[in-house]
Amino acid sequence: MRFVDEFRNQAIARDVAAEIEHLVEPGRQYRFMEVCGGHTHTIYKHGVEDYLPPAITLVHGPGCPVCVIPMGRIDDAIHIARQPGVLLATFGDMLRVPGGHGSFLDANALGADVRMVYSPMDALRLAKRNPDRRVVFMAIGFETTAPSTALTLLQAEREAVDNFAVFCNHVTIVPAIKAILDSPDLRLDGFLGPGHVSTAIGCRPYEFIANNYRRPVVVAGFEPLDILQSIHMLLRQLAEGRCEVENQYKRVVGREGNRNSLDAIRTTMELRPYFEWRGLGFISHSALKLRDAYARFDAERIFEIPGVRVADPKACQCGEVLKGVLKPWQCKVFGTACTPETPIGTCMVSSEGACAAYYNFGRFTRIHTQEAVR
Amino acid sequence: MTEQQVLERIEHARRAKAVLREERITMAHGAGGKASRTLVDAVFLEAFRNPLLEPLEDQAVFELNGTRFALTTDSFVVSPLFFPGGNVGDLAVNGTVNDLAVCGARPLYLTAGFILEEGFPTADLKRIAHSMAEAAAAAGVAIVAGDTKVVPRGKADGCFINTSGVGVLAADPPLRASRVTPGDAILVSGPIGDHGTSILLARGELDLVSDLRSDTAPLWDLVQTMLQAAPGIHAMRDATRGGVATVLNEIATSAGVAMTIDETAIPVRREVRGACEILGIDPLYVACEGRLVAFVDAAVAPAILSAMHAHPLGQHAAIIGKVNAAPSGMVLVRTQFGGTRIVDLLVGDPLPRIC
Amino acid sequence: MCLAIPAQIVRLLPESDLATADVSGVQRTVNVALLSDHNLAVGDWVLIHVGFAISKVDEVEARTSLEFLESMGQAYRDEIDALMQSEAEEGSG
Repeated sequence: MRFVDEFRNQAIARDVAAEIEHLVEPGRQYRFMEVCGGHTHTIYKHGVEDYLPPAITLVHGPGCPVCVIPMGRIDDAIHIARQPGVLLATFGDMLRVPGGHGSFLDANALGADVRMVYSPMDALRLAKRNPDRRVVFMAIGFETTAPSTALTLLQAEREAVDNFAVFCNHVTIVPAIKAILDSPDLRLDGFLGPGHVSTAIGCRPYEFIANNYRRPVVVAGFEPLDILQSIHMLLRQLAEGRCEVENQYKRVVGREGNRNSLDAIRTTMELRPYFEWRGLGFISHSALKLRDAYARFDAERIFEIPGVRVADPKACQCGEVLKGVLKPWQCKVFGTACTPETPIGTCMVSSEGACAAYYNFGRFTRIHTQEAVR
Repeated sequence: MTEQQVLERIEHARRAKAVLREERITMAHGAGGKASRTLVDAVFLEAFRNPLLEPLEDQAVFELNGTRFALTTDSFVVSPLFFPGGNVGDLAVNGTVNDLAVCGARPLYLTAGFILEEGFPTADLKRIAHSMAEAAAAAGVAIVAGDTKVVPRGKADGCFINTSGVGVLAADPPLRASRVTPGDAILVSGPIGDHGTSILLARGELDLVSDLRSDTAPLWDLVQTMLQAAPGIHAMRDATRGGVATVLNEIATSAGVAMTIDETAIPVRREVRGACEILGIDPLYVACEGRLVAFVDAAVAPAILSAMHAHPLGQHAAIIGKVNAAPSGMVLVRTQFGGTRIVDLLVGDPLPRIC
Repeated sequence: MCLAIPAQIVRLLPESDLATADVSGVQRTVNVALLSDHNLAVGDWVLIHVGFAISKVDEVEARTSLEFLESMGQAYRDEIDALMQSEAEEGSG
């Protein structure tokens, strides 16, 4: 597959790994946060850590939009799904996320109609094909996905699809990164920046990380070689005493982002004053809601949602994992009470959650896997 | 707690007795992964427990008056009923035939029970029956008993088919998971994921278009060819619901062995790969309906492979990995990139990711 | 973050916001409105995400990235070779 396989090349990987070893200062430990859930998934799926020396630790960040949805919002969505005539359309990742009283799949077992879609446009099409139902699209994702929801709203408006609505849970990445940087208990030496969010917002929004917080940033692609190269670029910045925002993912990300994407978002949505993030608490101006002009498509205005704040189960340490303070296996319930079959928190359910990635793919340490493979 | 201690805790939990916590059945229970296994263990094995059932192979093997028989049952609830490469009828015949074939039994007789939804077109039923007749003839079996029930509109999705199948053991000893040994080579008979991907695309909900067809096919002839090529075949499974990954995990757990797979050795059609990349699914978990996974003595693997290559259903057969002694119950993949990852059972259906 | 995959435009559809994109022989209709500034043509590569093209794939940049990656290894090997060479010369002196 073009633009994919070339960036999974083993021989090049070994060379880059050697370069990385070369750049590591003897006796120094490096902690780099990879913000995106997509990066976490790639790292474990391809075994990228097998190429890194023990001095480098990759810390998983909060860039998994499924993981950061608080349980109360799931309950709100299920409440909507259970209203008469409602068909809730959602991305596949969301189906097993536990709310306070079960997941979407459990709600289906009790008679709700929650269906999986690949695209918000599929949800709009469902609305057109089922005029007697009210189709609500559960919109999640960072700035990568928000433009797609926005364009879908614009189309719904153009075509006057009155039975279509959006339950908007889009969040923005920069406030989450800032919350991480302001965390007292976290030591990080650099960031692998979110590659696909950057196709929309460009690279400039991360300059505050380098300028104000003095941490280097490399906007990174999602193939395993992209990640290795980005780590190499971070190490070079540190070795050369530089602190800037670099772009490793140039084949897809431009410095200025995509004006069409930002315009689409701005036309249809605006920032909420604050929003609750699982594990990170309330963050101001970190999430989007539909503008008044689109009120008739806004599920929050059409339905009276309970809006009850549900505290995470006492045992759940998703918050600390999302902030990178804990590694998945350090969570008290990891692997025992909280497993992919019986998830307590989102980090274990989402296929990009750090806990799910570690449990499903990376459970053995590098040493173990090398022994097993010999 | 150290990482090592956590891993040991997990392994201990994995081996613990299955507990069914859910009050209601969800779709995850039908996907062939962890939830399915827990359901079977906690409900059916608990209730029916007996020595013939306990191995939880695809078929039961027993002896009557000196002849060894294999007996199996299966149900087919595929949607859509008609798809590129076949229909529910083909699946019903081939699926049952294959459940018998993979323990080394020659399939002989099938039964077919139909649960029909009020309003289902009789023309479609005729098409299905006709396909079953053709598939049965091609597989060398006869459908010798059946049943028909009709339920009100909305209580069944068109046409559900349940089958049972009986065959006579030709392999001695029978192919069983318990015979898999460290050092065995792992073979797959052809490209994986064709069926599941075709079905997903045929449903039309994801709006993906390709030339992919289901790989549904009867495997007894191929199995027989392999058995005749050399002794030393220890076990076989047909990779259906849950894909090759599920077969590997089931055998690893059952036989108490580990496995290492080479990602680049696994045959996958480019369209299956493309669809799976778009949806974020791993082809290893996608259903096949005409592929088998075989565990054979490493010494005879080349001979078996040659025999497979000479057979129409085995042209793209490949050795994809080997069985190790430890870590017990674990399936590892050496990735295209050169790293290593675990391939565990999924809980439910592989769900397309967005991010 | 978010699953996005490179796909090739094989057809531009008359309703100008849509195109057919191909990934290894699997095709899907995608919305290309976000790339209206790019004058998309058949044969171009785009990044698709939930049914939308969110960015164009710059083939030149991709090639440059790969060449740089390939050269990284070469530079390192050259350095090692030079090191071994100089050690050999010292040893024989």
